[in-house]
Amino acid sequence: MTIYLDYAATSPMHPEVIAQMVEAMTIYGNPSSVHQIGRQARKAVDEARVSIAKSIGAKDTEIIFTSGGTEADNTAIFGVAYAQQHKGKHIITTQIEHHAVLHACEKLEKEGFDITYLPVDSTGRVCVTDVQKALREDTILVTIMLANNEVGTIQPIAEIGQLLATHSAIFHTDAVQAYGVLPIDVEALGVDYLSVSAHKIGGPKGIGFLYQRSKAPFKPLLHGGQQERMRRASTENVPAIIAFATAVTVKKTVQYETFKKRMEEIWQNNGIMYRVNGVQTLPQIFNVSFVGTDVEAMLVNLDMAGICVSSGSACTAGAIDPSHVLVAMYGEGAPELRNAIRFSFGFATTIEEIEQTATTVAQIVSRLVNL
Amino acid sequence: MAMKDPSQTRVVIGMSGGVDSSVAALLLKQQGYEVIGIFMKNWDDTDESGVCTATEDYEDVIKVCNQIGIPYYAVNFEKQYWDKVFTYFLEEYKAGRTPNPDVMCNKEIKFKAFLAHAKSLGADYVATGHYARVRHDETGSTMLRGVDNNKDQTYFLNQLSQAQLEHVLFPIGEMEKKEVRKIAEAAGLATAKKKDSTGICFIGERNFKEFLSNYLPAQPGNMETMEGEIKGQHDGLMYYTLGQRHGLGIGGDGEPWFVLGKDLERNVLLVGQGFHHDAVYSTSLIATQMNFTTPKQIPQQFACTAKFRYRQEDSPVTVKLLENNRAEITFEAPVRAITPGQAVVLYDGEVCLGGGTIDEVFKNGEKLTYVG
Repeated sequence: MTIYLDYAATSPMHPEVIAQMVEAMTIYGNPSSVHQIGRQARKAVDEARVSIAKSIGAKDTEIIFTSGGTEADNTAIFGVAYAQQHKGKHIITTQIEHHAVLHACEKLEKEGFDITYLPVDSTGRVCVTDVQKALREDTILVTIMLANNEVGTIQPIAEIGQLLATHSAIFHTDAVQAYGVLPIDVEALGVDYLSVSAHKIGGPKGIGFLYQRSKAPFKPLLHGGQQERMRRASTENVPAIIAFATAVTVKKTVQYETFKKRMEEIWQNNGIMYRVNGVQTLPQIFNVSFVGTDVEAMLVNLDMAGICVSSGSACTAGAIDPSHVLVAMYGEGAPELRNAIRFSFGFATTIEEIEQTATTVAQIVSRLVNL
Repeated sequence: MAMKDPSQTRVVIGMSGGVDSSVAALLLKQQGYEVIGIFMKNWDDTDESGVCTATEDYEDVIKVCNQIGIPYYAVNFEKQYWDKVFTYFLEEYKAGRTPNPDVMCNKEIKFKAFLAHAKSLGADYVATGHYARVRHDETGSTMLRGVDNNKDQTYFLNQLSQAQLEHVLFPIGEMEKKEVRKIAEAAGLATAKKKDSTGICFIGERNFKEFLSNYLPAQPGNMETMEGEIKGQHDGLMYYTLGQRHGLGIGGDGEPWFVLGKDLERNVLLVGQGFHHDAVYSTSLIATQMNFTTPKQIPQQFACTAKFRYRQEDSPVTVKLLENNRAEITFEAPVRAITPGQAVVLYDGEVCLGGGTIDEVFKNGEKLTYVG
């Protein structure tokens, strides 16, 4: 039997989403076409756009469909940087962003932009006053994630949004992990851009969206047709867009809160030495260090026991690189860099799976530390 | 040691992305073992675009494991490799010797760190694509030469202990290289036509001199004959090894020039004319770090054959064990270019008994101070 606890990497598609997507594949028209088949597709995309916009308190015209979270992040960052570079070249981000943000910023740095990578505390949280101190007259963009993908720490986005209300800098947040779990309202957060991906919430891969506040400065990444109000050329991925909307609206009832507590109980009962990484975290992300173990042995043992979890990111040669998030939290050389495991839950996770996982983890940890 | 039924036996195989370990994994799977493929990442070498040089090899591991139908993982031993293999490698060069990082890698990484990792995964054995054989029976585990005499890799495995060897399988040791290729091709493995890797793993295809100069300062100096005649300039003693012909750039009449030794104090490379120059021959050596792989009791003194370099023909020798894991090894006939830092490996017929590191070299009882 396989237990899948790696929803933060990707989620299985929700059965209702699959059914909706299969049905949507019969809607084959090009939404830009001026005939009835085209109009049929256009109507379906528009309806999806409305319900997705509603989920974050935005207008439908403020939603740009993209190929996923990475493209949404890149579109926001390059779009703002290139549109605003006449005003300044300073960008503020954090050390714990997803690589879709970090590597985009690094690219801009090579092009002559000035990037400030803010540190975080040992809970993985960025400090609002650090943002304030880093702000300059030539700051054109602040991009800080809503919640971290590795440890789940929720960032003070609304406070930062308030801070930026009186500054001309554009505010982007990567909400890929938080979306669908935390209630999100773009007005309350005070953000100009917000990135979301479908495949973390039971939707299909290859589709995401970028929220763009009306008239926020922008330059498109893709050039071609006039889709997405000239903000993203390319024929719409109609079935994926429709399925995305279903993933957003489908009812999911998961008791996330009980999961972490139950796992900890089991580990405590088994005398396992562990430490939770991150405080004030997303309920579906649980990053735990097991003292005296090594992540590579843990992951393989868990996989052989049928439990799919992850840790940081693998390098192009498959080896687990120390997580840049944990490095930012604990510093280079900290033991957490070698013993942290990320469990992440989703719509199909059951308490039985949680209990079985925790028990198996306890057995493996006991064996490894006594080896 | 009695072996369990293959279906009850978990084997972790070290996969390099080459054809040998690919076929080794395939054979284990066909024999019914529970096989897990693991790629070792021992060297951090990331280019500007963030791609490490190991990427292509790992991609091949993925393809082959998917073809065979076994799970695959990677493990990072960069730190262990740096501490145990690369540091030793540099120290030896600094000392004017010619190290053998492959021997050290087998001793410290593949059959120590990797074996420990495999045990943490509940493995009964580790396997590799080495051309060597191991026989497990009631008396213990015995290492034998690979059947392909041209490919036999026991030379590099001489430092394995009995405790390590008892957990080792060498699935392709019974085969010739061309059979291995044939099996890979018949099975359509992605690595069937892949070129064999050459050179030291962390240097790869790069220029050796350039690589080494990144870590050790090169001090150019004179090339002199044994009689003290200056014949030219060398680029740094570490770039030369005993008996070497190429790269000296000494012209003139007569036979080609060869490296005869090094005078570390004066930073002089000693050279002489003729492959069979007398100064490059010796009659005995002292080895350190003597290790015996066999389960058998080793007598204080015995006759056997030895290799002093990889792929060399065996030479008949007499071995006398000394204290502190040292041994005096006397050759039946003088041997050319015995090089400190390289391994001396002992054989009894097909059995690889073990070996050590060449430390001192003698000619008729007199120590040759210039070899290195």
